[in-house]
Amino acid sequence: MNARIISIAIAIVLLATLPLWMSGIYYVNVASQVLIYAVFALGLNILAGYGGLVSLGHAGLFGISCYATGYLLQLGFGHTFAIVAALIIGVAGMALFAVLSLRSSGIGFIMITLALGQILWGLAYRWISLTGGDNGINVKGRPAPFGYSLADPTHFYFASLIVFLIAIAIVAIFARSPLGSALMGTRDQPRRMNALGYHVLAIRFWACLFSGLLTALSGILFVYYTQFISPQTLSLTSSAEVLLMVISGGAGTLLGPVVGAALVVVVKTVVSGFIERWNFLLGAIFVAIVILMPEGLVPGSARLWRALTVRLARKRPATEAKP
Amino acid sequence: MSFWLVLTVNSITFGGLLFLLSAGFSLIFGLMRIPNLTHGSLFMIGAYVGATLVVGLLGYKMDFWLAALLATLAVAFVGALTERLLLRRLPGNEMAQVLVTLGLSFMAADFCLMVWGGDPLSVPTPEGLGGFARLGVMVFPLYRLAIIAIATAIAIGLWLLLDRTRLGAMIRAGVDDPDMARVVGIRVSQLFTIVFAIGAGLAGFAGIIGGPILSVYPGLDQDMLPLALVVVILGGSGSLLGSFVGSIVVGFIYNFGQALLPELAYFVLFLPMLLVLLFRPQGLFGRHVP
Repeated sequence: MNARIISIAIAIVLLATLPLWMSGIYYVNVASQVLIYAVFALGLNILAGYGGLVSLGHAGLFGISCYATGYLLQLGFGHTFAIVAALIIGVAGMALFAVLSLRSSGIGFIMITLALGQILWGLAYRWISLTGGDNGINVKGRPAPFGYSLADPTHFYFASLIVFLIAIAIVAIFARSPLGSALMGTRDQPRRMNALGYHVLAIRFWACLFSGLLTALSGILFVYYTQFISPQTLSLTSSAEVLLMVISGGAGTLLGPVVGAALVVVVKTVVSGFIERWNFLLGAIFVAIVILMPEGLVPGSARLWRALTVRLARKRPATEAKP
Repeated sequence: MSFWLVLTVNSITFGGLLFLLSAGFSLIFGLMRIPNLTHGSLFMIGAYVGATLVVGLLGYKMDFWLAALLATLAVAFVGALTERLLLRRLPGNEMAQVLVTLGLSFMAADFCLMVWGGDPLSVPTPEGLGGFARLGVMVFPLYRLAIIAIATAIAIGLWLLLDRTRLGAMIRAGVDDPDMARVVGIRVSQLFTIVFAIGAGLAGFAGIIGGPILSVYPGLDQDMLPLALVVVILGGSGSLLGSFVGSIVVGFIYNFGQALLPELAYFVLFLPMLLVLLFRPQGLFGRHVP
């Protein structure tokens, strides 16, 4: 337990001092992106990982809160109002999503969420009078909570870090809470859970809302980060990317989505500067992960680590017995 | 009058293409419970390979139908290979299947961009079908009629295959109850490869014969995949009749929506799907909820 607390503390210190040892605004911005996508992936992980409900339309929900923020700011509302309204709209959108897609689970859920995500993409793309179509919406200025302007990339990084830490703490608490356990129960044994008197649909619905809240939160961060929102953000590719973050890192684990987000963002932003065919590389990485570590990077590495330490531990008595 | 007629012909043509695309998708989905998200990529690869042979990028202009046949075989081979080498290892693991098929579709999209570049390729209509057929005052483009005829012929062929042959009976048994099918001695795993190859081949074939109408461009895969999905949700997975009816319905809604409500075309497209989900979750002709 002590080792756990120490490693958490080291991680937080490293993250909090990142702008000091990571030279250059560019890398600080990359780190902000990783944190934003990590919150997004944590939100999807509630459904895909703990709930076993794989959603391929989450970029649509992400986009709803992006567009809500952008549109409200464009209408002249203040930052606070826009953020709160975007959170509410994002969660309401998720509720609608849930009502339609929770009629099925498994592959049916994937298909329905994919289709719903495409509807939202189509609306963003074609409903030009509301969304500006392909031109998107520009967001001018970032908020300044408590007089701390977020216009500076480093300041924005700290804001993202705080949101990220809160999000991961909430998810950690959720995963150990009765609701979290019940959700994992509905993933593994829905019929038994039903027989035990749990309301499977209600549990899944609440999980959806929680996931929607984190998704909306990351959407708002994202729109302030890029200061621009276009239909590209809602595309199937984006939904796929965030789902791949969750699955490649390790669905149903706390750190998996974070590792996955870091992997995808780094390949997309940093590696793409060196390798032109980064999309191909990303696809190849995913296929390789499925073949080599089907359970995802974090549980897979843990398994390898355990196997390695067990082998070393077995060897040690043999070497000791030699003299 | 002619506006509506043109729209109707276009809708049926597009429906025919969608049927070729979604019949395989639906069978793969129904039989193997695999959400094959590479299906749009298979369509695009078929289109690119066929277009390369027809346009003569290799220095030799091939006959359209021969090129279509070769493209179909090539894509069927790619599909069978994917199933044998990758998807076979992941039975019942939806998340891994999603990850692999999405990863492959990323790779395919980037590969096509690398080989064929970002400019759209236009495919010439096959010789002899560039003209129009006249029926009284009405004029029909021949090639579109040809697509409708081909799609109908393939639909009938698939129906005969599924309904009248031993292989078809085995596939139907596999769709309805894979475990029981295994118990009575059907080699379901072999069926998987066959169905996957057929489905992939049909998608590739749809890609190349759709070439003269849709042209071939990067992003074609992402345009087609959701449509195949809507068809399958609408018609019901694993049902050939469902794919057929669903394709025609989607073809009509897509074309009429584009013409009449361009701002909400995509939204209108998904409305019937939502209605089906609400009132008949297994799809119009499906047997069980996916």
